[in-house]
Amino acid sequence: MSLRPNERNARAWQLALLVAMLGLWHLASRNQQFAFFLGEPIQVAGRIWSWFLPFDVPANALFPDGLKGNADVYRHLGTTLVETVLAFVIGTVLGLACGLWLALAPTASLILDPYIKAANSMPRVILAPIFSLWFGLGIWSKVALAVTLVFFIVFFNVYQGVREVSPVVLANARMLGANRRQLLRTVYLPSATSWVFSSLHTSVGLAFVGAVVGEYLGSARGVGYLILQAEGTFDVNTVFAGIVVLTGFALLLDALVGLVEKRLLKWQPRSGETEKL
Amino acid sequence: MPPPPDHALEFLDITCTFRSKDDPSQRYTAVADTTLRIAAGEFVSVVGPTGCGKSTLLNIGAGLLQPSSGEVKVFGHALAGINTRAGYMFQSEALMPWRSTLDNVMVGLQYRGVPDDDARAQAQAWLARVGLSGFGDRYPHQLSGGMRKRTALAQVLALDPDIILMDEPFSALDVQTRQLMENEVLELWAAKRKAVLFITHDLDEAIAMSDRVVVLSAGPGTHPIGEFDIDLPRPRDVAEVRTHPRFVELHTQIWNVLRDEVLKGYAQQLKKAA
Repeated sequence: MSLRPNERNARAWQLALLVAMLGLWHLASRNQQFAFFLGEPIQVAGRIWSWFLPFDVPANALFPDGLKGNADVYRHLGTTLVETVLAFVIGTVLGLACGLWLALAPTASLILDPYIKAANSMPRVILAPIFSLWFGLGIWSKVALAVTLVFFIVFFNVYQGVREVSPVVLANARMLGANRRQLLRTVYLPSATSWVFSSLHTSVGLAFVGAVVGEYLGSARGVGYLILQAEGTFDVNTVFAGIVVLTGFALLLDALVGLVEKRLLKWQPRSGETEKL
Repeated sequence: MPPPPDHALEFLDITCTFRSKDDPSQRYTAVADTTLRIAAGEFVSVVGPTGCGKSTLLNIGAGLLQPSSGEVKVFGHALAGINTRAGYMFQSEALMPWRSTLDNVMVGLQYRGVPDDDARAQAQAWLARVGLSGFGDRYPHQLSGGMRKRTALAQVLALDPDIILMDEPFSALDVQTRQLMENEVLELWAAKRKAVLFITHDLDEAIAMSDRVVVLSAGPGTHPIGEFDIDLPRPRDVAEVRTHPRFVELHTQIWNVLRDEVLKGYAQQLKKAA
């Protein structure tokens, strides 16, 4: 087996890159001044350990003070995940419904067009204070913020997807006797699905952004709240630990979307490759 | 056999003018003053130079397009909206890529409220009739061009339409597949005797398959300029009938009419390109 990167050993190369980066980070953090701004990977790992696991670690070479197994992150992580998933589901459903409606109702889309453009180009994060006013400091203000982020991405993709339905397929379905509802179910929706899924990958990430930014601006729990607290005490390691945990869960949700996508879009052609014997 | 007196599809004084969306003063008359009647059970081919408005005529017959003036009658009744008694076989890919072959064939039946089990059984039978049993679970992109056309044919015929509209359905196929498909269509047509309006630019195909060939003039303002009854014996084999002396005779006659139009259409396209 050659060491040159190819499809088969890509995983190993990816891992090697990660280890190299962590190693560099570790070396750089030997310097106390660097460590203050960059954190130390070992301390970050220790922080994640005590967040997730209930086992204490006695003092050792890496952790002279030992590690406490607090397992206290779940309350915060659960809040953030609930906000994210709620925002993701609500935003997707709303985006899908509005996208379908506007794409199929030319008059409505003609009239609403400038408003949609305005709503989309507005920096929506500044809505967070308003949502805090409206929905309080609980999870719903965060959900609302994340919904505004998810909604527009799904909305524009569905809108585009419906407009790009092949006119021949559409004419064919009409000739085969489809009424409006049947057209929606058998032509528009399936045709828009591939567009929707490409948007879902982006919107999972943005649902997280909305939830965390919302927490960051005012909350009593959530990973964003943890990060804010740590930042207040210049605890860079905890900030980095929060970032790592959020990234991990965003990847997990993205993989879930990918799994559903694979099931629903199995009709799409995948370019086959010839096998070398 | 004399054609039955009632007409399946009638185009009466059809004119179709398109207006440019960007510039409403720009108009293009695709079809002008066209009258065409297709009897029930008759196989009529329409030939004409490229870009002369053949597809426009077919779309009007299908009810997908409203004529600027004139009337379309379906079995004596004025057509409003989609022509529900017609099946349409499109020139380009019209199958739903997200449905398997079987699901594509049964979708029309489902639209009509046929229960799923029943629809599936009928679709299965039609797939077998076009030689695709065992391919029901494939998606369109997994099939060859010829198999996709067969699926489209089964999709149209499964609804048992009284009128079949075909828009150069085999133009994208290679010669061998094409002749096979033409023979299959003729066989199916002979069994069911539906009215067929077949659009093509291939004169050989038109003569080999039809009862009557209508020649259209070059656009703009396309209209019929000649009609020829094809009195070749049936059943025909599209490959063998081409060597029939009467075939050659008819071909020469029709080509004499068509040639000038083809040259005219070509000159116009050159002018447009310049």
